[in-house]
Amino acid sequence: MPENVTATSDFAAAPISLWRRGMNFFATVAAAAAVVLVLLPLGAVFGYLVYKGIGSINWAFLTQTPKPVGEAGGGMANAIAGSAFILLIASSIGVPIGIGAGIYLAEYGRDRLGNIIRFTADVLNGVPSIVVGIVAYGIVVLSQGHFSALAGGVALAIMMIPTIARTTEEMLLLVPNTVREAAYGLGVSRWRTTLSITLRTATSGVITGVMLAFARVAGETAPLLFTAFGNQYWNWKINQPTAALSLQIFTYAISPFDEWHRQAWAGALILIVLIVAAVSAVRIVAGRGMLKGAN
Amino acid sequence: MGVGIKVDKLNAWFGKTQALYDITMEAPANHATAVIGPSGCGKSTFVRCLNRMHETIPEARATGRVRIGELDVYNGTSAVQIRRRIGMVFQKPNPFPTMSIYDNVAAGLKLNGFHDDARLDEIVERSLKLSALWDEVKDSLRKKSGASLSGGQQQRLCIARALAVEPQVLLMDEPCSALDPISTGKIEELIFQLKEKFTIVIVTHNMQQASRVAEFTGFFLLGKLIELDKTERIFTTPSDKRTEDYITGRFG
Amino acid sequence: MPGPQPVAKQEVAASSENQSELLLKAGTSQVADGVFHFAMLACGLCVLALVGLIIYELISGSKLSWHAFGLKFFFASEWDPVNEQFGALPFIYGTLVSSLLGLLLAVPLAVGVAVFITEMCPRWLKGPLAFTTELLAAIPSVIYGLWAIFVLVPLLRQYGEPFCARYFGWTGMFEGPPYGIGMLAAGIILAIMVVPIVSSITREVMTAVPQQQREAVLALGATRWEMIRTGVLRNARAGILGGVILGLGRALGETMAVTMVIGNRPEIARSLFAPGYTMASVIANEFSEATGDTYLSALIEIGLALFIVTIIVNILAQFLVWTVTRGTPARSHA
Repeated sequence: MPENVTATSDFAAAPISLWRRGMNFFATVAAAAAVVLVLLPLGAVFGYLVYKGIGSINWAFLTQTPKPVGEAGGGMANAIAGSAFILLIASSIGVPIGIGAGIYLAEYGRDRLGNIIRFTADVLNGVPSIVVGIVAYGIVVLSQGHFSALAGGVALAIMMIPTIARTTEEMLLLVPNTVREAAYGLGVSRWRTTLSITLRTATSGVITGVMLAFARVAGETAPLLFTAFGNQYWNWKINQPTAALSLQIFTYAISPFDEWHRQAWAGALILIVLIVAAVSAVRIVAGRGMLKGAN
Repeated sequence: MGVGIKVDKLNAWFGKTQALYDITMEAPANHATAVIGPSGCGKSTFVRCLNRMHETIPEARATGRVRIGELDVYNGTSAVQIRRRIGMVFQKPNPFPTMSIYDNVAAGLKLNGFHDDARLDEIVERSLKLSALWDEVKDSLRKKSGASLSGGQQQRLCIARALAVEPQVLLMDEPCSALDPISTGKIEELIFQLKEKFTIVIVTHNMQQASRVAEFTGFFLLGKLIELDKTERIFTTPSDKRTEDYITGRFG
Repeated sequence: MPGPQPVAKQEVAASSENQSELLLKAGTSQVADGVFHFAMLACGLCVLALVGLIIYELISGSKLSWHAFGLKFFFASEWDPVNEQFGALPFIYGTLVSSLLGLLLAVPLAVGVAVFITEMCPRWLKGPLAFTTELLAAIPSVIYGLWAIFVLVPLLRQYGEPFCARYFGWTGMFEGPPYGIGMLAAGIILAIMVVPIVSSITREVMTAVPQQQREAVLALGATRWEMIRTGVLRNARAGILGGVILGLGRALGETMAVTMVIGNRPEIARSLFAPGYTMASVIANEFSEATGDTYLSALIEIGLALFIVTIIVNILAQFLVWTVTRGTPARSHA
């Protein structure tokens, strides 16, 4: 056997230098450390939410409105209801328009105009929420002359629309074209095919997208600061300032009163629980609606 | 009962590219006519022009005259109305994934406004019997989804769906190419028996299949109809040399 | 093989008549198709209209301030509502410093997490770990702020800042009394909030690097870290940069958590212990109480500046990510 063969196998058997092995080990340790460092605040935030908030959640907290400054007790009932109210307004504007835009992009928008709209939606997604608040202020609050739940709803709707549009488009594009063709072959009109067949097939994905947008805006505070503005009392009128859970948490947190701090933690715990609950509930409903009729 | 198809100088384009050149032919009523040819010869495009499915592709268009019985496909009625009179079965079985077997078969009727529930039961049963799927699914019509069936069963479901609207003509675009041999055999037997009631045009790349199920065969090459004749004649003594080259396997 | 059941011919004839008639009667639906198309188009155009609306509102709202102060607005550091002197420099400084600090802390962590999850993690741990990092993104900003005020800030005041002052005081960036509240706290909370975005984009672009690249490097006898460094990270560079810039965009626009811990003092200071003020925070704090049109207009002008900067940053980021995941496939470097 020629000499160099042995030399090659010697080389293959030679150990990797200590430096390289050390670097490899160090890299693994560093990456793992990063994971720990990142999970630490997550655990800390959830931990403190439960630790500090759970004690203050009682029936009074969930059913009463805030007491005047300095007095103990009272609750955030109106803020919880107000958030729901504002989110309802936001969803009724944002969800239909968002899904409509998504349908347009997927089914009709494979041209230049569609690309422009797609790009613009992505740009819209990156607008800071405080700026959206300024815009809603200009459109609604200034024209009406006062803060209102409507203004808050509009601000949140502006944030929901681009997210819902893009996820709806993605989900519709996942529906294979053969399914659409089957409907066309039966002489079903285009609009009927898009709604009853294509959209129906993509339903669970579209609902997930809507739910994600919903969860994102449910916790928003900045756009509500000068649109919904907040309210000490119950409000069900669309044209009046309305309390919101996130606003209330903010106001209490930066206040100098311990009592309010305590309630801020409770409110925060409720907010996170509600967001998680809303997300799960929609997921279950979407899952059940899989096998439905043609109409 | 089925009606005959008459095609007169049919031309079709995808954007600027022409795909079909002056196709003129006849497919007689209550018979099966096969359309064969190498890949890209235009056979799928041809069949899709018969029920104006060709138009669903952006920038696609067709000119010429197609008559199905007394119906003038390109003049006088809209594409949507035409497609309700003609049934189509596609290469890859495409049942509606979110619908049950029952709803799949009834789809052509329900989505077009037909809501008589009592009659629907009857129609669904009849269509499934016609497509030889009834015995296999009759106990789980509403419980199982269309997509949960095997490939061959799905294709028979698609056939049932197409038949439920009682079309005059049934177009089949390589219906067995995605199926296993056993399912293919079942569907070929089905075609044989459907001929009594419907006029069938079937695109196939499998020459043996053409000779098994069709009385007439048309050979397409590069967008032109080279020859149309009785199937036995095409496969034993074709008139055109190009046809002969194809069936003897010199190309395609 | 069971064949199709025979069906009475008459039955077929009778029902086909009814069915065919019904289907023919069903109409052409051309009008309905047109209306539907139009309705969907209108929804799509809404998106364009919204951006147009935003630009219009911001520009018309800042006109007053622009006419009063011109370009100097962005270089003046005096923010005095009482005397109607408005200069945006402290806010620009505060936004930039807090965001950059946040990124500085977040990027190594985010990339480290992404590397761990994609390349080092045992398979069963991947899903839960990825999900947990995404969970960080789901926590609302105000809750981060709440936690920061009552947990992070005291920690900084008691341990963090004295530690920094002792060992890094020579840099001149850790001077002054350790309030806890200030630029450092803002930077840290921003880092925590930005990690999930940078991490998830990094993971996405790392996964997009084809397996052959990894195998090629390993076949040359590289250690796992060397494979990651040269076979994956190198190729995903552009995308990771895109993710970082996207994180920057998020940090620039972040309002609530920062407002709650930065101290809200419109001053420019070198020390990270000092309180500061960001563009988003000043709008959040002072907008609803702004007296006087010039005051409000100045705030809106700050909003306009914030809008323009975040748009540019986001477009740049998306472009970079696009080049790795969808556009040009990752090129190998020798």
